Amino acid sequence: MNESTNGPAKIRLENLVKRFPGQAKPAVDSLSMEIPEGEIVILVGPSGCGKTTTMKMINRLIEPTSGRIFLEDEDVTKVDADQLRRRIGYVIQQIGLFPHMTIAQNIATVPRMLGWKRDRIAARVDELLETVGMDPATYRGRYPKELSGGQRQRIGVARAMSADPDVMLMDEPFGAIDPITRDRLQNEFLRLQAEMKKTIIFVTHDIDEAIKMGDRIAILREGSHIAQFDTPEQILVHPADDFVADFIGRGASLKRLGLSRVHDIELSEWPTVREDASRSEALRVIEGSDKSSALVLDSANRPRRWVAAEHLRRAGEEPLGSIGLPTDAVVQPHATLSDALNEMLTARYSCAIVVGNDGAYLGIVDIDTINDAMRSMRSVERGRMRDRLIGEDDHATEVGE
Amino acid sequence: MTFLEYLETRQEHLLELTIEHIVIVVEAIVIATVIGLVLGILTYQTRRPREIVLAITGTFLTIPSLALFGLFIVWIGLGTAPVLIALVMYALLPIVRNTIVGLREVDPSVVESAQGMGMNRVQRLLRIELPLAWPVVIAGMRVSTLVVLGIAAIGAYINGPGLGNDIFTGLARIGTSTAVYVVLGGMLGILILAVLFDLLYVLIFRLTTSRGLR
Repeated sequence: MNESTNGPAKIRLENLVKRFPGQAKPAVDSLSMEIPEGEIVILVGPSGCGKTTTMKMINRLIEPTSGRIFLEDEDVTKVDADQLRRRIGYVIQQIGLFPHMTIAQNIATVPRMLGWKRDRIAARVDELLETVGMDPATYRGRYPKELSGGQRQRIGVARAMSADPDVMLMDEPFGAIDPITRDRLQNEFLRLQAEMKKTIIFVTHDIDEAIKMGDRIAILREGSHIAQFDTPEQILVHPADDFVADFIGRGASLKRLGLSRVHDIELSEWPTVREDASRSEALRVIEGSDKSSALVLDSANRPRRWVAAEHLRRAGEEPLGSIGLPTDAVVQPHATLSDALNEMLTARYSCAIVVGNDGAYLGIVDIDTINDAMRSMRSVERGRMRDRLIGEDDHATEVGE
Repeated sequence: MTFLEYLETRQEHLLELTIEHIVIVVEAIVIATVIGLVLGILTYQTRRPREIVLAITGTFLTIPSLALFGLFIVWIGLGTAPVLIALVMYALLPIVRNTIVGLREVDPSVVESAQGMGMNRVQRLLRIELPLAWPVVIAGMRVSTLVVLGIAAIGAYINGPGLGNDIFTGLARIGTSTAVYVVLGGMLGILILAVLFDLLYVLIFRLTTSRGLR
């Protein structure tokens, strides 16, 4: 619970309590936590656990019953709430774009309240539209109803970032979007965050989203009690208790695959042959390996075809580049192991081909590769855990003496 | 004399009455809109006051106009002032009601995001809630205008202005040669005004409602 954090705390919650009138139990019961600067901290938990209430107390949309909130060591529990909110970006699931205002006016809301000059606002609006991948000339004059759900969500994020707040609060921001668009928006947002390094509090009820988006995850139980506050890796490998284990659910190993990337693991080899090689040479390569096929590469080392022995024995004079089967299941090094596994399951030879950014062949991932990777990750974690226990023992003896 | 000939000989007189009619209706609607907006804004969030306001303005609308005008002679006297007061009373309900409905129909997530961005209560009301409720308010004003156009005619009973004067004059002289024409002239003027006001509201709606809401 008192997991030490690396960076300085950007937000500090101290014994925060929220008691709604007419309810026996407090919605948030004496919560203390530190949010490190520049990280995405996820508040996740079953519905009714108080995660949204906790988040809304940070920008004081809900006033805490007691306790204190510090933003960069400044006690903001009693400052002017409207002024405070202009310093904190806010994105909600329903997005809440203003339907009677254009996209540009929506994004300009906070800068206008802060009294920015017109041309500064206009420049900022265009910059943000570029940032979220929407052409300013096309979109700045449109109205929210003229956008798709995914585009509205992008504008919601752009609007929250308009005055460049250090801190952003996001309440299930991708919750109401179809799974494919959601995945794309999540990736876009992670890419943005890699540059922005904002401090983000992100509420979700979806543990998979938490694992994907979070630098750190706080799993909350009823009353906003922290069950575990840790990195996604630690939570998956060492759930603190049964509640956390239950919440993660079965398939924690599968979820771990979503955390490791292809470039983190050692790739396997597959027999390869150049497309200008002769058939007999290709046959020799296959027979010299334990595989039933070879991967044909073009002059730039890009995978072209799968060629099996039976393709080669069949009569014909066509070059290697036009016989056999097209390559499928191609992944890039930044793909997650879970992506690679997914490709692999539908691939012809049960493996995924890994190519670099230039499309050149790097190696393959198959089920054994993934298995080895998982095993070594577990032993590394076990080793780390053992070291920590020994360290604590040493400490205990020292104190004892 | 045909009806058209009658209209031609009385054009100036009819135009004068029509203008009087327009003026009192517009005055009543403007005053009722101001009062209606204020009452709506003050009460839309709280249940009891909202019900009380709607009950009172609803009762106004059920009072027979002739009876109300009669009582006003006793309390206020004759002329334009009592008519104007009565018309405002009749115009209130549709406007208050639509203001309340319009404000309550604003998507709560829109208001929450406005608040989350640091808009204070007044900013939220003026920049977000009222503009979003406006099309509904205009619809209320349109209904009130039609109601008041007709009732204004009865105002002539207590020496009020407008086309009602010809209607009452004509009715008093039924049996004489042009009496029916006089009554029909006043009615025709009101009908034409109803159509014109309706067109005017289409125009106002276009001019004052954001393209994002249409």
